[in-house]
Amino acid sequence: MTARILIVAEHDGAKLNPSTAKCVTCARAIDVADISVAVCAVDAAAVAAQAAQLAGVNHVLRVENPANEHALAAVLAPQIAALAAPYSHVFGPSTTFGKDLMARISGLLDAPQVSDIMAVESATRFQRPIYAGNAILTVEVAAGAKVVGTVRTASFQAAPDGGSAPIEKASLDVAIPQHTRFVSVSAGRSDRPDLQTAARVISGGRALGSAEGFKILYALADKLGAAVGASRAAVDAGYAPNEMQVGQTGKIIAPQLYVAIGISGAIQHLTGIKDARTIVAINKDGEAPIFEVADIGLVGDLFQIIPEIERLL
Amino acid sequence: MKRILVGIKRVVDYNVRIRVKADGSGVITDGVKMSINPFDEIALEEALRIRERGAAEEVVVVTVGPADCQQQLRTALAMGADRALHVLADGVIEPLVTARVLLKLVEREQPLLVILGKQAIDDDNGQTGQLLAALWQRPQATYASKVELHDGAARVTREVDAGLETLDVDMPAVITTDLRLNEPRYVKLPDIMKAKKKPLDTLTLSAMGVEPRVQLKPVSFQAPANRKKGVMVKDAAELVAALKQRGLL
Repeated sequence: MTARILIVAEHDGAKLNPSTAKCVTCARAIDVADISVAVCAVDAAAVAAQAAQLAGVNHVLRVENPANEHALAAVLAPQIAALAAPYSHVFGPSTTFGKDLMARISGLLDAPQVSDIMAVESATRFQRPIYAGNAILTVEVAAGAKVVGTVRTASFQAAPDGGSAPIEKASLDVAIPQHTRFVSVSAGRSDRPDLQTAARVISGGRALGSAEGFKILYALADKLGAAVGASRAAVDAGYAPNEMQVGQTGKIIAPQLYVAIGISGAIQHLTGIKDARTIVAINKDGEAPIFEVADIGLVGDLFQIIPEIERLL
Repeated sequence: MKRILVGIKRVVDYNVRIRVKADGSGVITDGVKMSINPFDEIALEEALRIRERGAAEEVVVVTVGPADCQQQLRTALAMGADRALHVLADGVIEPLVTARVLLKLVEREQPLLVILGKQAIDDDNGQTGQLLAALWQRPQATYASKVELHDGAARVTREVDAGLETLDVDMPAVITTDLRLNEPRYVKLPDIMKAKKKPLDTLTLSAMGVEPRVQLKPVSFQAPANRKKGVMVKDAAELVAALKQRGLL
């Protein structure tokens, strides 16, 4: 049986999130006859046009409903479930959007979900991290079962542009539940690059000492055009907001350059960065576990080193 | 009765260093410390606080798993749960099976809320809460960092990639917990003694009419690939030079 894969697009109403292009790459690793991308929105035209350009995408479905203004899992899941019949696989990104939504779809379809797919061995066999990345499980989905999957975005490159898939409107007759209502979102947005997609990321740990101490990171990040992250210890200490957290309990990222400053390298942090191309560690403790994974290490006082680096750039 | 159902899972303690068995058949769990999954402990703490504020009357804790899980149920009772339900099951229980068991218990117990951890730190599936909400056709509020109950609805702040999202969900509903929701209380010795007298009922999958389906067969377990050891530089100038040499600046 050749696979037919439906991918649920992540977007903000105007722009397609790069996580979707990574799901396409994951889907293309399977012997696949069709890759369709579903864009759920009030007006999906702009995002659908972006999805249609991704190389490897065969169809884009506009799934439009006034209820789709905010990406609520309870609202989107029945619409995707209604589209799923012709597909062998339904994929979404392993972001908070996808993790929340895909498992609900799995429940509606009574189809098993493979969480955090990091490698594809066949249409039914996948690798995924367990125990916070301390073990890799190869799992085989039972024959005949529809496969729901969340794709670990750090494990796949984004599919390039170059496609021109036809865009169709999906007409669905689905009851939309009223029991879940969006109230607000407080986006601690800055004009810095997005942590999950930035090519360069600079993260700080508890050694920064305070929210004030983090400011030297922001200065360096701005000079490098980098996103800023934080260790769980720094977030727990209140030095940085949680959406900056990098690690198993925060964001799992794969930048070209990751600079860990004053981060000792707890296993849960390392899990979040091990797909980074180059890891740089700056820490005053030469025995810190971060140096075991760092490509370039520097032992010293970060409050002296950071301004020096900034001057040298 | 206004009731909250809390699901807990027995897992390898988060402080234990995980090692994969040499034959790739699993991870080493013999003689290893086992605990309540940390996210589930947060779920229980939240339920206890809601009861202590008077917004619920009873907290029922449930687990699906082998006989040993009774230890964790007793710990949950010592933390303050009123009674425990143990659904006996051996081997790997897949999320869809756990969700079906929880659905049966929800039908029986008619809770106001079901609070679960957002994921278990062993299999890291992160599915059970959403699956239950789907099967039950009720709201889900995952990754909660704040929960307030109002007339028939819960206002839940969620930790999402963009920041904090707030939802209103009609009850009954499923909530899954993130790390910052609360700090679970410590269990005191007298409470451990008291917990021995609290009711703990044992049920079986077959009596509940739930089939232990296996649709996700583990094929092999491997240790993760290690990164190659890197180089040390002695100062900022050397670091910047090394980055330039690699084309990173």
